Amino acid sequence: MRHLLDTKTLSRDDAIGILDVAEDMADTQQREVKKLPTLRGKTVVNLFFEDSTRTRISFEAAAKRLSADVINFSAKGSSVSKGESLQDTAQTLQAMGADAVVIRHGASGAPRTLATSGWITAGVVNAGDGTHEHPTQALLDAFTLRKRRYGVDSRGRDLAGVKVTIVGDILHSRVARSNVWLLETLGAEVTLVAPPTLVPQDVSAWPAKIVFDLDEAIAAEPDAVMMLRIQLERMNAAYFPTEREYSRRWGLDARRLAALGPGSMVMHPGPMNRGLEISADAADSPRSTVLDQVTHGVSVRMAVLYLLLAGERGGVPEGRGLPDRGEMPRTMDKEDAR
Amino acid sequence: MTEVLLVRGALLEGGGAGDLIVEDGVISESGGSLSRTGATVIDADGLIALPGLVDLHTHLREPGYEASETILTGSRAAAAGGYTTVFAMPNTSPVADTAGVVEQELALGEAAGFVTVQPIGAVTVGQKGERLAELGAMADSRARVRVFSDDGFCVWDPLIMRRALEYVKAFDGVIAQHAQDPRLTEGAQLNEGAVSAELGLAGWPAVAEESIIARDVLLAEHVGSRLHVCHLSTAGSVEIIRWAKRRGVDVTAEVTPHHLLLTDELARGYDPHFKVNPPLRREEDVQAVREGLADGTIDIVATDHAPHPTEAKACEWQAAANGMVGLESALRVVQLAMVDTGLLSWADVARVMSRTPARIGRLAGHGTPLKAGEAASLTLLDPAPRRAFSTSDLHGRSVNSPFLGRELPGEVRWTLHAGVSTVADGVVLDAPGVRS
Repeated sequence: MRHLLDTKTLSRDDAIGILDVAEDMADTQQREVKKLPTLRGKTVVNLFFEDSTRTRISFEAAAKRLSADVINFSAKGSSVSKGESLQDTAQTLQAMGADAVVIRHGASGAPRTLATSGWITAGVVNAGDGTHEHPTQALLDAFTLRKRRYGVDSRGRDLAGVKVTIVGDILHSRVARSNVWLLETLGAEVTLVAPPTLVPQDVSAWPAKIVFDLDEAIAAEPDAVMMLRIQLERMNAAYFPTEREYSRRWGLDARRLAALGPGSMVMHPGPMNRGLEISADAADSPRSTVLDQVTHGVSVRMAVLYLLLAGERGGVPEGRGLPDRGEMPRTMDKEDAR
Repeated sequence: MTEVLLVRGALLEGGGAGDLIVEDGVISESGGSLSRTGATVIDADGLIALPGLVDLHTHLREPGYEASETILTGSRAAAAGGYTTVFAMPNTSPVADTAGVVEQELALGEAAGFVTVQPIGAVTVGQKGERLAELGAMADSRARVRVFSDDGFCVWDPLIMRRALEYVKAFDGVIAQHAQDPRLTEGAQLNEGAVSAELGLAGWPAVAEESIIARDVLLAEHVGSRLHVCHLSTAGSVEIIRWAKRRGVDVTAEVTPHHLLLTDELARGYDPHFKVNPPLRREEDVQAVREGLADGTIDIVATDHAPHPTEAKACEWQAAANGMVGLESALRVVQLAMVDTGLLSWADVARVMSRTPARIGRLAGHGTPLKAGEAASLTLLDPAPRRAFSTSDLHGRSVNSPFLGRELPGEVRWTLHAGVSTVADGVVLDAPGVRS
């Protein structure tokens, strides 16, 4: 795997390959000593142009548990805030010898620009770009769904027949986009629920059903309801009148929680607005997988970094149940996948 | 005194072969089997002769943005593309909203000598859309401005637009509108549709263009004024212009070469070379603007030549500048999209790329027929070659073309500007009329 830029162009085999390696990584995290020597000597740069403590520390934990050296580059307060271009930042990291760059950027497509510009040779992992994609979030969500459904029997399986309902600001959500593509690839059925103002104008090509009524979506008995964080600034841009109205119509409150089927999961990528898109009842209920998602996030990101960096030098730890080079997903780069 | 040229055997506007004798800046004779002792003979066998191309919409960046282009380099790029006249948009620094700036641009164009540079004046002071610039002073200046535009910005306030349309009637001027509702396009990055939805780029909806055009044609009708619509890009806009023309509204419209060929699908790699305003649209829109140009609803092709330095495009999409260079590729793109598809004849190309733009701009002596007594501004094009467009085809200061690497037909072999060669036998000259 050269880069991980999106889930749109991720094949089913590659996706399942990542999830299976993440299972192996998760197993290692049950041990007393969680640290693996696999990426010793490799340098992973967390290049964050937007604040995102959760995603950054998840990647940081993943890299460190694989023994990589981690450099955190926060664009705030750095030369970037003084007008340094993406090109100069990238070339600086290249000169310092970065092996992988995990990038979070406010501009959609910035990771692709970084990966295709020729400025760096490092592998690029998209940690969220603008309103485009957040592929590791979708992978950890898929991992969580698969784990709940199949438990220890998860390896090699897809999500055929699983019904997932995603609720919230679809228009601006990179989490929603990455989930729509990946869930489709894995055979799940996706329903999107949102105010009509927060659905992209043309979603005719999306493999998802669009409904505006959350109660209707819940009545269809989804296996999982994924609540998206609503940004309060959307209210000021006239996407919806007030947060109270949003919460009444599209929030997962106690009544809707009770209406969910017995096996339904409640998911949220975090950070949550308790009392707005999700009630405390829902967030803290046994259905909630919010903390599982966080745990699985580290395993999935370990898998991605491993597949990105360990392949070239064959640094597979012995006897730890990790696949050898021949079984690894060869590439998820868009150009190759097409 | 200039050299005497004998153009032998050119297909005049793509029709029958004929000879032309060029001397003292004019076509002195036209006909069959002409001869002239001492004349330099241009063998134009198989070449299409067109009246020198006229571009109603370019950005030459001078004064103020000389890192992107100057009037000299933009003029040379124009000559390379077969142009002999270009209109220069006023979004310079300072903005061309006074007689002083437009006269400076005119003088720089004359000094460069590659093409006639006709300044366009800003409609409002600083292109801010708040109060009218001194339109009359620009009209009365040596630059004789007749086209006024805030291009880059829409004259959004309906009252300011109405007043501008009315006011320029005093000197037979025209308002060239950049139709873009600013509220509907806040932060807009790409045509709003299936592609923007997938790429997560803020949408630039077709309705933001169409609603302004609809308003403006009604305003133009109401006050009996002349309106020109810049870079029309959507199927809906074509329908509105068609409707307005049927009603007898005095409106003309232009389309760019890139909107005749490219679609928003090209944005999928986030390559900012495909970022432009108005944005690349859907395939249906490309078909509609081609049909509109073919049936006369759209009057002209204009390039919206918009040079930018490398760093303005070597960045993430959202941070990149809008715009594409277009002067050197325009005729080849029009051949590909319109002539080779059978939608336009070469005589039609002469109309939409030379005669009508000169008429809209009220520029006498330009876009004139290829016959004795008319100005010797003309282009000789070989339609046969097909080559990949490359940076070696570009002669301005910037290389932000969306066509690099794309195979395009045709090759400009000669450009004569008022009898002086600026492109000679396929070579763009370093100075007009100076052949090595």
